[in-house]
Amino acid sequence: MSADDEPPSAPSASISLWRLRSYLRPYVGTLIVAWLAAILSIAASTVIPLVGREIIDGPVVRGDQGALLWLGALTLALGVVEAFLIFLRRWTQGFLVFGVETAIRNDLYAHLQRLPMSFHDEWQSGQLLSRATTDLSTIRRFFGFGALFLVMNILQLTTVTILLLRMHWPLGLLVAVSALPIVYVSIRFEHRYTVLSRQVQDEQGDLATIVEESALGIRTIKAFGRRGHVFGGYDEVAGKVYRTSMAKVRLGSRFFTFLEVIPNVTLALVLLLGAAAVAGGGLSLGTLVAFTTMVLQLAWPVAALGYILAMGQEAMTAADRVMEVLDTPPSIVGGPVVIERPRGHLRFEGVEFRFPGADRPVLRDVTLDVRPGETVAIVGATGSGKTTLTALVPRLADVTAGRVTIDGQDVRDLTLPALRSVVATAFEEPTLFSMSVRENVTLGHGQASEEEVRAALEVAQATFAYDLPWGLETRIGEQGMSLSGGQRQRLALARAVLGHPKILVLDDTLSALDVETEALVEEALRRVLADATGIVVAHRASTVLLADRVALLRDGTIAHVGTHHQLLNEVPEYRSLLAAEEVV
Amino acid sequence: MMTVSTDRQWQGVAAENQDDVPQKVSLLLRERSRRLLGELLRPHRRAIARLVVVVLLSNVAGLSIPYLVALGIDTGIPALARGEGMGITLMIVGSILGAALAQALTRQAFLRISGRIGQDVLLELRRRVFTHFQRLSLSFHEKYTSGRVISRLTSDVEALAELLQAGFDGLVTAVLTLVGTAVMLLILDVHLGLVALAPLPLLFLATRWFRRQSALAYRRTRETVALVIVHFVESMTGIRAAQTFRREPRNQEIFEQLNEDYRAANARSMHLVAIFMPGIKLIGNVTIALVLVYGGWLAFRQEVTVGVLAAFLLYLRQFYEPMQEISQFYNTLQSAGAALEKLSGVLEEPPGVAEPEHPVPLPAARGAVTFAGVRFSYTPDIPILPELDLEIPAGQTVAVVGATGAGKTTVVKLISRFYDPVAGRVLLDGVDLRDLDEATLRRAVVMVTQENFLFSGTVADNIRFGRPDAPMADVVAAATAVGAHPFISGLPGGYEAEVGKRGGRMSAGQRQLVAFARAFLADPAVLILDEATSSLDVPSERLVQRALRTILAGRTAVIIAHRLSTVEIADRVLVMADGRVVEDGPPDRLIAASGRFAGLHTAWLESLSASG
Repeated sequence: MSADDEPPSAPSASISLWRLRSYLRPYVGTLIVAWLAAILSIAASTVIPLVGREIIDGPVVRGDQGALLWLGALTLALGVVEAFLIFLRRWTQGFLVFGVETAIRNDLYAHLQRLPMSFHDEWQSGQLLSRATTDLSTIRRFFGFGALFLVMNILQLTTVTILLLRMHWPLGLLVAVSALPIVYVSIRFEHRYTVLSRQVQDEQGDLATIVEESALGIRTIKAFGRRGHVFGGYDEVAGKVYRTSMAKVRLGSRFFTFLEVIPNVTLALVLLLGAAAVAGGGLSLGTLVAFTTMVLQLAWPVAALGYILAMGQEAMTAADRVMEVLDTPPSIVGGPVVIERPRGHLRFEGVEFRFPGADRPVLRDVTLDVRPGETVAIVGATGSGKTTLTALVPRLADVTAGRVTIDGQDVRDLTLPALRSVVATAFEEPTLFSMSVRENVTLGHGQASEEEVRAALEVAQATFAYDLPWGLETRIGEQGMSLSGGQRQRLALARAVLGHPKILVLDDTLSALDVETEALVEEALRRVLADATGIVVAHRASTVLLADRVALLRDGTIAHVGTHHQLLNEVPEYRSLLAAEEVV
Repeated sequence: MMTVSTDRQWQGVAAENQDDVPQKVSLLLRERSRRLLGELLRPHRRAIARLVVVVLLSNVAGLSIPYLVALGIDTGIPALARGEGMGITLMIVGSILGAALAQALTRQAFLRISGRIGQDVLLELRRRVFTHFQRLSLSFHEKYTSGRVISRLTSDVEALAELLQAGFDGLVTAVLTLVGTAVMLLILDVHLGLVALAPLPLLFLATRWFRRQSALAYRRTRETVALVIVHFVESMTGIRAAQTFRREPRNQEIFEQLNEDYRAANARSMHLVAIFMPGIKLIGNVTIALVLVYGGWLAFRQEVTVGVLAAFLLYLRQFYEPMQEISQFYNTLQSAGAALEKLSGVLEEPPGVAEPEHPVPLPAARGAVTFAGVRFSYTPDIPILPELDLEIPAGQTVAVVGATGAGKTTVVKLISRFYDPVAGRVLLDGVDLRDLDEATLRRAVVMVTQENFLFSGTVADNIRFGRPDAPMADVVAAATAVGAHPFISGLPGGYEAEVGKRGGRMSAGQRQLVAFARAFLADPAVLILDEATSSLDVPSERLVQRALRTILAGRTAVIIAHRLSTVEIADRVLVMADGRVVEDGPPDRLIAASGRFAGLHTAWLESLSASG
């Protein structure tokens, strides 16, 4: 990470960019070579017109033929050196800028992976993506070219101006003064351009979000034939991007033109005064020619100054957006403890959970002791907090009061890898990645053997995977779309039971299975749960029967604990939740 | 695929992720991109014409400046020296100022017009590609993945934006400056001009080399960035699973590898520029040296004036500076070209379920569904439905049961025309679904699945998704009917509560209830429920079922459910196995018989009896 030691003061845009400088550290040598090459190449290109002056004032005017060849050879040599130096600068920069961009992107990704679910629930991946791609490219372009040219151009402007002053000070002064309006306008322009740039970037982020939703929600959109509606929303934001971009175009067109007109006006004035000076004998003809050449040479650096400032502005806002993510502290970080031989004794002690800013907690005062090897079913009405409760065990969310312990250790004291290898979860909505079935199943256990994978697939009744076109190596689409809901759930279950976790959390994992498959899975799960501690969120009596005890969750707290039959006999609410469905 | 002609084989998005495509194909792809660009630019013909005029004027003005400087040196200074006064010099200086002003005005006009054209084209492209993605079939989306959809609509569109904004400006200016300067050089002095232009063939060769190399390099860049994007989006979307299963290190490893590939591709194209740009500079500098020596010799022999020599030096600088811009332009052109290739590929993908050319109107669907000799398979060798004939009268509630993979979901997807049958016909009220336009079909048939995607926005927005003009009272009524009202009223903000990213703060069951309310509010003639109650707890499911009795009255319904409790509200049960209907009849009759359904039913009763 770039600068963890920076104080978290109000992050101004330029500070964000400055903080990224540490990424340049590994490239200090390269940087020096590139900058030296740049400075020397500018020196070479500045000297060439001076040689031209010598040719005009010497050989041409005085008729010195020998000097002509010599000066010609010098021009040639300078030209070759300049080209080589440019090559050197660009070649070394190729390593530098993309190296920096890649390093920041890697860190950004690593940081995002560390950030808790609460962050990811709020941030659309489209917004994150635009930071990892568009914004980083903008920063890279600035680091690579912008910063270099900013300094080079200022350097070139100063040296050429000094040279001009020395050649003929009144004309030189004229050129120097002509730079003033440019500086003034540039500074004013800069501010307005920043505002527009940030706006375009944000709007493009919104657009990316809509695109993402429209791609992920394509089934729903199609099912309701709501293309038009979704397009309307997209079009509105695209229109905003359009209008803001046009405002940017208009502002830019005024500014860039201004930048180009000033050098030409200067040239005209130089010619006017220069002609008078030559006629008056105060200036040699060769100097005037060199002068005009050099004034034109200034045209590009001056005009480019505007582009570079704009680029710098964009880089600053981009850096701001990137730092916004990098500065979000990963609120869920592991502790130092590793349980050597976990027994799987899970306790919830006075647990409370509330979303930030919510007035009512989702869970309150939950106390539950699950002994090693025991399985407890969590039963409760929709929205009673069951899924939240299960998320607290692998620390996808942290308790806001109380604690969750495993073998007496607060889960917050365990290292995250240690905790998450003790606890395995199968979610109701299985997330499958676009990779092979095998990789999906062995997600947390890269080293799993063929037998272990087979055993896990058998428990989850997911051996259908062997019959896929390429067996376990079959790539399944994003979100496993080409598989049915039940098939996906079974693969996610296989993922959870692989590697015999000490604590197994099943969040209504069997909901999409048909009765026959469910019965088979339950049968197999019974064996797995025999030597694991289990938390099973259940809606069905058949699933509840996997558990030794049942905890009834009501309004975020545990209302009753007991065996299935006890609760069935004693608690009417439980009966209504789980009693036999009305039979045909 | 072997027998298919090359053209067909590379149609649509087939060429994506191919590192090298045959020469003929790459021509084909380029032609396709050019056609798209042409289509996009055509509405702006008049603006482009204006642009051409403005650009010509701007360049004439710009080119005249060094010429005027030469004139000033050669005629103004001698006149001054002879004591003939400032007249000529002032006139020339005045002309330079005029030219500078003209250049500024035309330049500003150019930036505005080209900016407008660029933004218009982008907006149009965004609209087109987005609309087209929405029209493409589900099977396309399943293969293509959302990461790629996103990268098409973001980074590819932006690559084109860069071309339109900066690239055109660079190219047009460069080409015109090049041609104009060459002409001016020859006018000023033919001999010296020829010497100055002698390296042109070298320039041409260098540019050709660069163009070819950078075409390959940029293609690779786009490919690698797409992979970075896909991995990024997918791992951020699935972050919960990644964290739970300690996938982060492996994800990081994969990401860093992809990122490294992207870096290498970028560095490669950057290095091409590193060779090309100084190469051009070298040619330019050598030319300047030649012109200085030869021009100096000519000036010494009084064959050219010092003013002309000065103008030559000014012009040569202008001549080679834009060459740098041309190579810059190639960068943007290449990335935009690669982007355009893919975008045009997407646009070429035929919508799997095509809109009919002559849609049959069906103003008030009754909801009779017929399968006539329907065959279906996702891949040619593995038939999912070998041959299905089925008649569902309007208003009937049909439950479809069977083991996983029996083809239940395929049947309902055919009814909602997510796919078209390979052979045979699916009819609604006697009309082939392929003859109905989309709006009609979607009004008539709505499907609720177990995936309940919620869009960002309020709860009410989500319920209204199928009928955006529904009054609030109807929204509440629909939510109440499915039992979602109590929990929605409990949310902070009630119906106006934001659901958060993909409904993140709701439980799966709550999202399912919202999805149900959405379907009921849409009020279709045919309602399909595919495992739609699987996430609900028993009381909620019971509530939904009670609601279904009223809601399904007078409506055709096809219900897939693993819980046989749903069957009780069905008029008819279809038992499917291996893509065929093996039992068909009213539920009580099937139970009385001793077929599969009777068996399933017994097993289900046993699972219930476990509850005491």
